[in-house]
Amino acid sequence: MNNDSLSITEQATNIANQAANIAEKAASLAHSITQNLVEPTSEVLASGPMFLQLFTIFILACFIGYYVIWSVTPALHSPLMGVTNAISSVIIVGALIAAGPAGFGFSKVMGFVAIMLASINIFGGFIVTNRMLQMFKKK
Amino acid sequence: MMGYFYLIASIFFILALRGLSSPVTARRGNVFGIVGMVIAIGTTVASPEVQSYGWIILAIFIGGTIGSFIAIKIQMTALPQLVAAFHSLVGLAAVFVALAALYNPVAYGLGAPGEIRIASLIEMSLGMIIGAITFSGSVIAFLKLQGTMSGAPITFTKQHLLNAVLALFIVVLLVKFAQTESYLLFWLLMLSAFILGFLLIIPIGGADMPVVISMLNSYSGWAACGIGFTLSNAALIITGALVGASGAILSYIMCKGMNRSIFNVLLGGFGGESSSTANGSHDDRQVKAGAAEDAAFLMKNASKVIIVPGYGMAVAQAQHALHEMAGLLKNEGVEVKYAIHPVAGRMPGHMNVLLAEANVDYDEVFELEAINHEFSSAEVAFVIGANDVTNPAAKTDPTSPIYGMPILDVEKAGTVLFIKRSMASGYAGVENELFFADNTMMLFADAKGMTEGIVQALSQ
Repeated sequence: MNNDSLSITEQATNIANQAANIAEKAASLAHSITQNLVEPTSEVLASGPMFLQLFTIFILACFIGYYVIWSVTPALHSPLMGVTNAISSVIIVGALIAAGPAGFGFSKVMGFVAIMLASINIFGGFIVTNRMLQMFKKK
Repeated sequence: MMGYFYLIASIFFILALRGLSSPVTARRGNVFGIVGMVIAIGTTVASPEVQSYGWIILAIFIGGTIGSFIAIKIQMTALPQLVAAFHSLVGLAAVFVALAALYNPVAYGLGAPGEIRIASLIEMSLGMIIGAITFSGSVIAFLKLQGTMSGAPITFTKQHLLNAVLALFIVVLLVKFAQTESYLLFWLLMLSAFILGFLLIIPIGGADMPVVISMLNSYSGWAACGIGFTLSNAALIITGALVGASGAILSYIMCKGMNRSIFNVLLGGFGGESSSTANGSHDDRQVKAGAAEDAAFLMKNASKVIIVPGYGMAVAQAQHALHEMAGLLKNEGVEVKYAIHPVAGRMPGHMNVLLAEANVDYDEVFELEAINHEFSSAEVAFVIGANDVTNPAAKTDPTSPIYGMPILDVEKAGTVLFIKRSMASGYAGVENELFFADNTMMLFADAKGMTEGIVQALSQ
């Protein structure tokens, strides 16, 4: 029993060492290719459990969505589309990361355009929803 | 640490949707949504990955100005087109973000170019494919709703086979791309997805656009989810799932409102804008026609009038005259209510917005289930710009294309007043037996002109 746990620890250290090795290689590669100072962390390697975590979040969010949306009154289904339209533009987060690094490149241009498109949606979506909801004021 | 802020943003988004459960809390909900977005953007901008701000500010400024301008100017009747256009932008943004991630994976913590994990490659491809389909599909939906492109379904033989083959091709490309991380394959994948989105929407008729918009709403959410997995970002995944669920539920509600399955809608070929007098068999039966004064007299002497508005009312811009008419009737002591069919208008809840715009109190507006039993106690049902949603054939004629669709039981009212420009049939191309019923009076005119005529007659 003791032996087993020992060997597991050994294996774990081994894997950790290998991971560290790979991380170092990845880091040097990243450096050689771009001037970015972003270091690939161990997150890159811990993909398995990471995916499960994200997938769990995804499934739970689907359930939340299901129950929250059914409670929306049918009279407000148009504003609902307006709001979902606006918040789905949270994809701007991905665009910001693309446009963020110093320097200039293809990804940066993509990021720039994506930020612009998402911003049209964010401003447009929230404003048009607000316009609709203003009309639903108690008379 | 950043993860916590993304979590807070997600909670605000959930609260934004929760607020829509009642018109009273809805505006606060919208504010929550804005707060959530500010937190999400602020968190990302403050992160170490973002080092240059000039371009970002410029992009947000340009996009924000365009978006604000459009949203302030847009007519409420054109809301469906606007939403379709906005969906296309989310789709396109997803495509661009996926491209950026592929070309500069280091910025996203995905490893060096050429060494991206297979899982990440699959995730970004899925996000990109769904985004591309959302984009080209939404563009077609926009063109059909705007009237730039005919609403008639575009069908050709082996259409579904072609789509299936293309879908299969995309799957094969996806697998190949995940193995090779070839840029060329990624671009090819993108092109195929654009074409697929285009082909999927062209066979769907203008009348089914409410379902299509809801469905594309759903897609835009799933695209955000795909990108969220690529970036390992919980806020994107949660928000994407919320939007995806929302669009899916709205599609379901719309389909149920027409008693059709989602597959039936998606396979397309149903109805079309110009399918009037579908059977070619002209009916020579007599209908009872009336004038504005007759209608005014009938309604003034009623104790309860139920108004059934359809999209025709919105097209004619008759909602303000309608509200005025209802006000005059209420002054005469008549109880006035509005009955809304789930598929009235061109997008979910569209009719409610149009009535709200004309200052109709939302307490007077009722959904089908809530008001259908009241028609038998109403002296007058006033149908303005609606047709198929009142057709009793949906209940009685199993051969009718709209058989099984839930309808508003207007025929149970004492008198049914129908404002129509002509005897042409509705979107579904089906004759309405109700026009020939004994208790029906047809008011042949433009919806706005007739309603104004009634207003005039009432105020004398």
